[in-house]
Amino acid sequence: MNIEQQDFYTQAILSMAALVGLTSFLMLGQGRLLRLIFVFALQGLLLTATTALAAYSLDNYHLYISAVLTLALKVIFIPIMLRRQVLAMNMHRDTEALKNNTAVMIGGASLMVFSYYVLHPIVQTSSVVMVNALAVSLSVVLLGMLLMISHRQAIAHVVGFMSIENGLFFAAIVATNGMPLVVELGVAFDVLVAAVLFGIFFFHIRTSIDSLDVDRLNRLHEVEK
Amino acid sequence: MLWILAIIQTILFVALAPLLAGWLKWCKCRLQNRRAPSLFQPYKDLLKLIRKHPVVSEDASWLFTKAPFIIFSATVLAASVVPLIAVDLPTSASADVIVLVGFFAFARFFLALAGLDVGTAFGGMGSSREMTISSLAEPAMLMAIFTLTMTASTTNLSFAIIHVLNEGLVLRPSFVFALFALLLVAIAETGRVPVDNPSTHLELTMIHEAMILEYSGRHLALIEWASQLKLMLYGVLIANIFLPWGIAQTQDLHALGVGLLAILGKLAVLTIVLALTETMLAKMRLFRVQEFLGFAYLLGLLGMLSHIILEASR
Repeated sequence: MNIEQQDFYTQAILSMAALVGLTSFLMLGQGRLLRLIFVFALQGLLLTATTALAAYSLDNYHLYISAVLTLALKVIFIPIMLRRQVLAMNMHRDTEALKNNTAVMIGGASLMVFSYYVLHPIVQTSSVVMVNALAVSLSVVLLGMLLMISHRQAIAHVVGFMSIENGLFFAAIVATNGMPLVVELGVAFDVLVAAVLFGIFFFHIRTSIDSLDVDRLNRLHEVEK
Repeated sequence: MLWILAIIQTILFVALAPLLAGWLKWCKCRLQNRRAPSLFQPYKDLLKLIRKHPVVSEDASWLFTKAPFIIFSATVLAASVVPLIAVDLPTSASADVIVLVGFFAFARFFLALAGLDVGTAFGGMGSSREMTISSLAEPAMLMAIFTLTMTASTTNLSFAIIHVLNEGLVLRPSFVFALFALLLVAIAETGRVPVDNPSTHLELTMIHEAMILEYSGRHLALIEWASQLKLMLYGVLIANIFLPWGIAQTQDLHALGVGLLAILGKLAVLTIVLALTETMLAKMRLFRVQEFLGFAYLLGLLGMLSHIILEASR
């Protein structure tokens, strides 16, 4: 089925899927922490818009609740918390030198192709139109992992982790027309707890090695080499 | 009849290009709280340059004096391929997008040669930079255009525009990406801020201007005119591919008039956007241009991927 035969909402949701994929790429190439957090908030905003659109087009009221939850957690609370920590630890001025940025970008693009290849059989047999966007959400998950691999700052790792969660959330919206409310509430609560825990971990890492650069954790051998 | 129309369209292209440059300058001046020169100032400048006697260095070979004519005619040929006010004209039917990119590359090749020809340091530096940038910009542009051609199943601009027109309003994720990729490429290729500053006076930061430092008189006029034409070409390309509404599909006078007004309006708006970005952004370091164009390429690639993943039939 071609896109021109779809109704307007499906087109809009597919466009949103593409934009969510774009924000993942933007995060991948971002060396500055504050901007990384901003793009992450942008991704959350796109997710909120997608959820609200899906709620409207499917006439599914509890999706509105999950849209509001997304807005509150992923656009407002977590970014503001991360931003505060970056400012408090005075890390907003240094840019992280990304090693072989171009290779990481090309790797990201091939991950997108890979996720399309993997999901092709599922999409072929499914009847829901929006399942097309499943490949994008899988690639958001994989790109989040790549972000965690390629960045060295612990805060960037947290953003990568949260964007993995974003990808899964997006998959849940487009593939199942919204999960049961209980599950969504549980996930939202988990994310909240994770954010708080990460905050505590930042504090501990920082007091023990005086930096949030996780490469320096390798030096914590018991025996001096 | 159609051929006459095609020729008139090309002449309109060539004649309106300085006006677009004047309008851009006017917008920029107003945005920067300066008094703007008249809209027709580029015409006066060109006229003045054409009247003046060109000064040619004694080390210059025949290439130096011939290059402006080659560059100008290649750009005019490129202009004849792009539909301005009407689609389905014989010139645009005979050549497709890849030929268009080829014309640009041809003109750029001779411009770079002319920059090297006299043997000044700045000319060579400008040529080297221009070739570096264009070698990065060209794949990005082709990627963006392939996205379009995959949707329309043709590389011909005219047919692609007709395809987009017939489909009506469809939200296509791939087109959003292709549009942004093409905008970035257009900025790089026409030498605007943040890649290159067209009004700079500092030779060390020049790219396009460094190549034409040695030119004067009518040679300079032709090169300036060609670069104004190139700016307009990219503008028309972007406006007519992504927002083709208003372009004439029949050859009667009414449709053509509407087409002309539509493209003038679209170009005026697009130029205001360009003037805004030029005023707000600072020129970036030369070694960051590859990141800029790498991003454009990535956008083109994402456009293509999202066409395959999200839009294609299954």
